[in-house]
Amino acid sequence: MSAVQSEIRELTNREYQYGFVTDLETDVAPRGLNEDVIRLISSKKNEPQWLLDWRLRAYRHWLTMEEPCWQNAHYGPIDYQDIIYYAAPKPKTAGPKSLDEVDPEVLAMFNKLGISLAEQGRLSGIAVDAIVDSVSVGTTFKKKLAEVGVIFCSFSEAVQDHPDLVKKYLGSVVPYTDNYFATLNSAVFTDGSFCFIPKGVRCPMELSTYFRINQADTGQFERTLIVCEDGAYVSYLEGCTAPMRDKNQLHAAVVELVALEGAQIKYSTVQNWYPGDKDGKGGIYNFVTKRGKCAGANSKISWTQVETGSAITWKYPSVILKGDNSVGEFYSVALTNNRQQADTGTKMIHIGKNTRSTILSKGISAGHGQNTYRGLVKILKAATGARNHTQCDSLLLGDQCGAHTFPYIEVMNPTAQVEHEASTSTIGEDQLFYCRQRGIPVEDATSMIVNGFCREVFKELPMEFAVEAQKLLSVSLEGCVG
Amino acid sequence: MMLQIRNLRASVGRKEILRGLDLDVRAGEVHAIMGPNGSGKSTLAQVLAGRETYDVTGEVLYEGRNLLAMSPEQRAVEGVFLAFQYPLEIPGVGNLYFLRTALNMVRKQRGLEELDAMDFLALAKERMKLVEMDQSFMNRSVNAGFSGGEKKRNEILQMAVLEPKLAILDETDSGLDIDALRVVASGVNALRSKERALLVITHYQRLLDYIVPDRVHVIANGRIVRSGDKNLALELEKYGYADFEKDTAGGTPSAAGAIP
Repeated sequence: MSAVQSEIRELTNREYQYGFVTDLETDVAPRGLNEDVIRLISSKKNEPQWLLDWRLRAYRHWLTMEEPCWQNAHYGPIDYQDIIYYAAPKPKTAGPKSLDEVDPEVLAMFNKLGISLAEQGRLSGIAVDAIVDSVSVGTTFKKKLAEVGVIFCSFSEAVQDHPDLVKKYLGSVVPYTDNYFATLNSAVFTDGSFCFIPKGVRCPMELSTYFRINQADTGQFERTLIVCEDGAYVSYLEGCTAPMRDKNQLHAAVVELVALEGAQIKYSTVQNWYPGDKDGKGGIYNFVTKRGKCAGANSKISWTQVETGSAITWKYPSVILKGDNSVGEFYSVALTNNRQQADTGTKMIHIGKNTRSTILSKGISAGHGQNTYRGLVKILKAATGARNHTQCDSLLLGDQCGAHTFPYIEVMNPTAQVEHEASTSTIGEDQLFYCRQRGIPVEDATSMIVNGFCREVFKELPMEFAVEAQKLLSVSLEGCVG
Repeated sequence: MMLQIRNLRASVGRKEILRGLDLDVRAGEVHAIMGPNGSGKSTLAQVLAGRETYDVTGEVLYEGRNLLAMSPEQRAVEGVFLAFQYPLEIPGVGNLYFLRTALNMVRKQRGLEELDAMDFLALAKERMKLVEMDQSFMNRSVNAGFSGGEKKRNEILQMAVLEPKLAILDETDSGLDIDALRVVASGVNALRSKERALLVITHYQRLLDYIVPDRVHVIANGRIVRSGDKNLALELEKYGYADFEKDTAGGTPSAAGAIP
């Protein structure tokens, strides 16, 4: 092993910096899953009967399903009876009505994460909804948003205050029968964010949800629903972290996006769940279903994700291109280090005429990390003139990691144009030597090369998030990125 | 003395490439290193720059200090510059950003303040004139999609910005047409100064028509077998390297390789 290789290895062996645990008093449901637990969750949240029924239908369906095992990731069996399905930071008062009433411990935790709900939101002009374990602890900027008719609140609140909208759109993109983890989520989801942009409104600020798993042995099952009516626009950011724990924790979220005619949704994720230690112990299983529907003509949904955390990432943010001339985009950076495994990609389902999709995936593997791109481009019969361009690039750091690409292309309309490009490269000793000969040390050089590799994706992120993404890469590559 | 090399040996695996090389270079001098393919010219350049793929013994003093004990980045910030024979591409990293990062590493070492983007741009623009590069180069990724000639010009631009004390040009002339060669050579000449030493490695005499050396050395089989002034290069052009290789193939150094 050369000196450079060993230096890279050393750099990639530093530790997770968000791994602290905050001592919050928590209200938890008994361990395990049965109909009573679901009823408990539903009653805790004071839900209407239709929603409880929906959850129970999902649960009963889930019992008939088998856990999928086709993904290119290896892990031991998950004991679904050993998970806590509901954990909420116990409010010191009857429940926070405003940020001032949020438990100071919770706010301190978010401050430590670099997210001050009150201040940061105000300063950067981003409205934040923060979710700890399973419950939303505070949403900022609500009033200002309400002035233009934008609804941005926790899912629980939406169920209480806007039941018709929730009922209309919940499950409309990801039905409760969709897949094993989405179905589980439908049965037990505890909170999440809800966002509704009415006709013709351009949401005046970035909306953001910040997820944090704090409690041990809990699963996090949040549900996000974003609806943009005709001609509306929103840019939505999602970030997440979790403490370091020896045991794996399950995160099975569902995100549904609905874009009506001419609407645009830009959804950006910077995912930094605890990845486990360098031997692969602990870490989050990030099994998430994200899907958007371009329901109306000329609508556009764009997913940008930077995946640096989680022991296992298993997600395919997808777009159903139903409306004519609608556009779907997927920009992804996925980094796996140590024993992390990522099987991620997208599905672009072309139904409408002249629908277009772009896929740009950048996978970075370091340590013993395994990185898989898996994507489906499906052009249905009606999708005359559909076009797709896919580019998958993999970058390998070191000699013990892996990169895999599984593109699936199904074309049922002869007028479609589908392009796929793929490349695999390494950070070569030559490249590093070149940088070092210009006085740039290995660490900075690696950072520079990796950032260069990701640049096309980073430029799709909103400014503040691009900076955060670079920082997260640095945490995940352990100082390699400056 | 800027550079003092004594009994330098370098090998890869069991293959010895440099086999006891001696060389002295003073500040202000331009030395040309010539020799046939495989004689060890590029290995010398790589070893001086700190490439770790070689097992190296012997002594190299750079301004009186042990060069071989320094990391490549340390050598760079101390003023050792290698213009690569095959400059590397770094996709997605802007040329300007790369060069500024490199310069700021050097400035840090020299106890100077870092240059911000604006000040740097002004400096870069001025130096770009030396190699007749236009600003569009700066916004492109480092060497990505550059032609062979553009890459070489970019190397000389880097040298002009970083202002090294010892610059090693490894076959900077290879792959250049005559016009590009003239541009590169005039850039290099502009950087000649009495504080700076240049080690110009080349296979052909042609480059030395433009960059006139103070000393010319011939390497064969890993040693310097003959040294002389610029006329030595002309002799080589005429008679070739064959005799040097023959003379030294046996392994005994013959410092005064005979030219017929």
